[in-house]
Amino acid sequence: MSAIVWQLLHALLMVGLAPLVTGIVRLAKSRLQGRRGPSPLQPYRDLYRLLQKEAIVADSASWLFRVAPYLIFTATWTGAAIVPAFTSDMTLVPAADLIALVAMLGVARFFTALAGMDVGTAFGGIGSSREMMIASLAEPAMLMMTFSLSLLAGTTAPAGIGAFVLKGGIHLDVSAGLALLSLLMVAIAENGRIPVDNPSTHLELTMVHEAMVLEYSGRHLALIEAAGMVRLLLYMTLIASIFAPWGIAQPDEPAVFAVTGLLLFLVKVVLMAVALAVFETSIAKMRVFRVADFLGGALLLALLATIFIYVSEAV
Amino acid sequence: MTYEPLAYEFDVAHMIDAMVLMFGFQLLYQRRMQSVLRSFALQAVALAAAAAWQAHVQRAPHLYATAAIALVFKGMIVPFALNWLVVKLGIHRNVETALGIGPSMIVGVALVALSILLVLPVTGKATALTRESLALAMSVILLGMLMMITRHNAVTQVVGFMALENGLILAAVGAKGMPLVVEISIAFSVLVAMILFGIFFFQIRERFDSLDLRYLEYYRGDRQ
Amino acid sequence: MLIAAAALSLLVLAMVAVVAGRFPVVHRMVYGATMVAALVLTGGALDHLTGMSAGEAPTTVLPIGLPWLQAHFRLDTLTAFFMAMINAVAALASLFAIGYGTHVPEHRRVTPLFPLFLFGMNMVLLADDAFSFLVSWEFMSLSSWLLVLSDHRSETNREAARIYLIMAVAGTFCLLAMFGLLSGYGGDYTFATMRHTELSGLPAHLVVVLLLFGAGSKAGLVPLHAWLPLAHPAAPSHVSALMSGVMTKVALYAIIRVLFDLNGGVVWWWGAVMMVVGAVTAVVGVLYAMMQTDLKRLLAYSTVENVGIIVVALGLALAFLDSGDRLSAALALVAGLYHALNHSFFKSLLFLGAGAVLGSTHERNLNTLGGLLKRMPITGTTFLVGAAAISALPPLNGFVSEWLVFQALFRGPALPHWTMKFGIPVVGALLALAAALAAACFVRAYGIAFLGRARSAAAAHAVEVNAPMRWALLALAGICVVLGVLPVVVSTALAFVVNPLIDVQMNPAAGMGWPWLSPTGSVKGSYSATVVILVGGLLLLAARFAVRVWGVRKLRRAPAWDCGHAEDIANAQYTADSFAQPIRRVFGSTLFAAREEVEMPMPGDMEPARHRVIMRDPVWDFLYVPIGVAVGRIADLVNRLQFQTVRRYLLLMFLTLVFLLILVAVRR
Repeated sequence: MSAIVWQLLHALLMVGLAPLVTGIVRLAKSRLQGRRGPSPLQPYRDLYRLLQKEAIVADSASWLFRVAPYLIFTATWTGAAIVPAFTSDMTLVPAADLIALVAMLGVARFFTALAGMDVGTAFGGIGSSREMMIASLAEPAMLMMTFSLSLLAGTTAPAGIGAFVLKGGIHLDVSAGLALLSLLMVAIAENGRIPVDNPSTHLELTMVHEAMVLEYSGRHLALIEAAGMVRLLLYMTLIASIFAPWGIAQPDEPAVFAVTGLLLFLVKVVLMAVALAVFETSIAKMRVFRVADFLGGALLLALLATIFIYVSEAV
Repeated sequence: MTYEPLAYEFDVAHMIDAMVLMFGFQLLYQRRMQSVLRSFALQAVALAAAAAWQAHVQRAPHLYATAAIALVFKGMIVPFALNWLVVKLGIHRNVETALGIGPSMIVGVALVALSILLVLPVTGKATALTRESLALAMSVILLGMLMMITRHNAVTQVVGFMALENGLILAAVGAKGMPLVVEISIAFSVLVAMILFGIFFFQIRERFDSLDLRYLEYYRGDRQ
Repeated sequence: MLIAAAALSLLVLAMVAVVAGRFPVVHRMVYGATMVAALVLTGGALDHLTGMSAGEAPTTVLPIGLPWLQAHFRLDTLTAFFMAMINAVAALASLFAIGYGTHVPEHRRVTPLFPLFLFGMNMVLLADDAFSFLVSWEFMSLSSWLLVLSDHRSETNREAARIYLIMAVAGTFCLLAMFGLLSGYGGDYTFATMRHTELSGLPAHLVVVLLLFGAGSKAGLVPLHAWLPLAHPAAPSHVSALMSGVMTKVALYAIIRVLFDLNGGVVWWWGAVMMVVGAVTAVVGVLYAMMQTDLKRLLAYSTVENVGIIVVALGLALAFLDSGDRLSAALALVAGLYHALNHSFFKSLLFLGAGAVLGSTHERNLNTLGGLLKRMPITGTTFLVGAAAISALPPLNGFVSEWLVFQALFRGPALPHWTMKFGIPVVGALLALAAALAAACFVRAYGIAFLGRARSAAAAHAVEVNAPMRWALLALAGICVVLGVLPVVVSTALAFVVNPLIDVQMNPAAGMGWPWLSPTGSVKGSYSATVVILVGGLLLLAARFAVRVWGVRKLRRAPAWDCGHAEDIANAQYTADSFAQPIRRVFGSTLFAAREEVEMPMPGDMEPARHRVIMRDPVWDFLYVPIGVAVGRIADLVNRLQFQTVRRYLLLMFLTLVFLLILVAVRR
């Protein structure tokens, strides 16, 4: 029974906290760039403003254009509901593992790319083709990272890996370090952050993600922006639950642990948001075809992580 | 003197060794000359950290000297000197590669797998943990060699040679008891080699107006 | 009995089609009757599968064929599974053909061969001795060759048929040699004898090599795949669906039958070889698919990719079996069979959809299509389901088999051999790369063909297809959804199929019971499609509710914004080549030597600039062309024997006789 309660709370938290996290990232970036910056609650106001506006749909768009934002948001939210944030005593935890999580993010990406092509403009094509190139390297890197973690922890479920780390299964392991590095690189690519993609660019030729959603407006755009924010929080939660799972309440622990877990989770998320802002400010965006080298490096790092297990653990 | 390292000491040592290896990979990844020199400097700093940690763990103070030499020579003097050479000779800032960056990284990973395969049958006194440092050091050596053979420009080949030497030092500090005399003689021989390389570079540049080694092959008649 | 009757009825139908082919209604009736026969066969196979217990396998011996070796037929779990699969697909393809069959060029040549082709495939599955197997295999090959050749007025089709015939005959020859080795010196070619004969050493290895060449070329393994992208598109679409979705599975059936049943005890490193070949096939296949602008060739190359994935699973099962880990072997084999099942359905769906597009617009080139989702809603929606299924998106069926394959791979490092321990992560990386590239490929195919604006008049005036075609497409899409939503039911059935081969009972819901798919226990990883769909549905409703409460319902149609550069020219949008450009630059510059050339006209010239993509096909250029040239040279040399004088011929015969006599003398 408590599992269902925690699951509901977790799902609502993921959606409710996501705009705040994005706001913190933007505020930190502004301060680092010497500006005052908007309030961290501004994304909530942005989403509400978009919801209140009329949605304008192109003449050449089909029904897919209008349905896609809902599918994208639902797929991302479902993925976020599966990764434990402050407790792993949730009903959905056994319903999907890391492979399924990668695939659900793939669903969101598939429909975003199709929506980009639906209106029949050149900019949509730019975004979709670049996004699929980035995905063709980021997905394998994530799957190989899952492989190495599953070899270490014996399971592909993020809750299980977290539990393994909590029991002291992984110390300062080279493989775990390489897997973490690979996951960070993939997370930057998938969320469209500098150095892979600039989320606040206005130059269409430098866009990847923004170009796909260029034609969206009103409530559709609100859903897509919200999905992007939830995706950022999802990746932060994933990194925290696998590599820094201290504080996540396990299924047989009393409820108060979940509360302390929640506080710790908030601390972790704020730290990661600030770290992301510092990283984005200190590095320049790469040329599009350098992104392939970057993600190829992530894939090879993940492969190395798998191979290194043999020398350290004598599997 | 004997010592029994604790588990976490090995872990930290492996992490630092892995950082040396990562910088070795970063050497292969860069496309600009100054980024290559910066990665090499970082690798030397990581090497110094590894030597310092080993000095602390093995309670062998002469390794601190090794760390200092690595930091000063290879972390500061050599990159600075090479950078000065690059600027003075007006060498192209782009790194020309014989094998693309993607394929070189793939070959690099294959070399790491090879070194792991090689150290796996080593058993006996050497435990699994020393095996890992040996595998890491050998990977750094092989990656340095890869850097040398897949780059056309002479400066990058020297950097590859230095990276190879970094790997040797890493292997040596990992093993117990490397005497200081060896380290000093290696450092001096590297310095002499650097001076010779510098002279050589000036000569090539004067003759061919470029440091691209393909011109040497043309001159020798190896390539039309 | 019922199965035999249904199978023979197919022969009758073929004759009817030949005799009365002049009337279009006869064609429709023939396809309708084929559909009924196929449904009967499916039902019979499923009935057998659910009815019989694990070891039972009814056999029949018919007094046809060679006098000392009658024709043996056997229906065990593996055969029943494959029969159910191929006949279900064939039934739906026949349903499609009821609406489509008369619009095909040269349809009078196609309709009689369609039931014959199906008959041949069913006989291959039922065959229990080498002779009937090979006869049915040739029957299948030749009828499909004739189907490829049906539109013989096109030069490309003739060339495709020629290459297909060469590869098919070479493949049969390899299988013939293989069965010769398998039967040993006994002369008894029944499978029952082969099961009991143990082979070892060189003959055993030769058997595997010949099998991979013979059946592998039919399935489409690189580098023997070259005929597949030429022949599959050349045939009419409902036949392509059968060839890609079903005939490749029959070839895989042959591989499974020989490796797991007839020749038990294959060495583990053949499993490693199969895994490497499969992984390379998968990546190369999908990269080729990414570069195609012809929709049907793209689908054919995608078949190559999926066959690679299945072969990786089969190789993994072999390796596990040789190491004694039967549970993991069963998991790998179930994963492979599930992917075969899924692929036959979603690939047929995609080919039939391409057939619908071809019938409506008479265009196969992606660069001339566009905006078809609005003009052909049912075709567009079902094609979307197929594209999502093949890109392994949950909750459809493609994802379940990918998940199972990855779970089997993740158990790989438990194998004792170091080659496997190092090789399995590499194979896993290649498979993951292939899966991601497949998603990119189908975003491209669907986005260019069905979304956006029409790039030609034909696409702008397309109409939706007729009722039987729509029903076939909808049925296939529905099956894809069902196979994705009920993974535990299907994998339990597959575990039952696999049981007699691997001799272990695997429980796919071992960890947590229905509806969680957790074949290796709940701790190791689980997936529940039903839960995911339920939760997804709930969250979707919540999202809609939130939008309803906090947002407004207003919507307005307007011209596309396009950053203010609104153009009416439909050709300003992305083409298939331009969509593939990033991936072509990253992956294609080494493998395909892909480069782009721009021909700029001189200043003042009114000609348009032209942009071309130049690629080469490495397998064709480096393997087939040299072999072709070498065969030509040898033929030229041997040709000189045709033009000798009488005296030279007599000399030749005399020398041969003397040589044989010397041999006899020396051996004595």
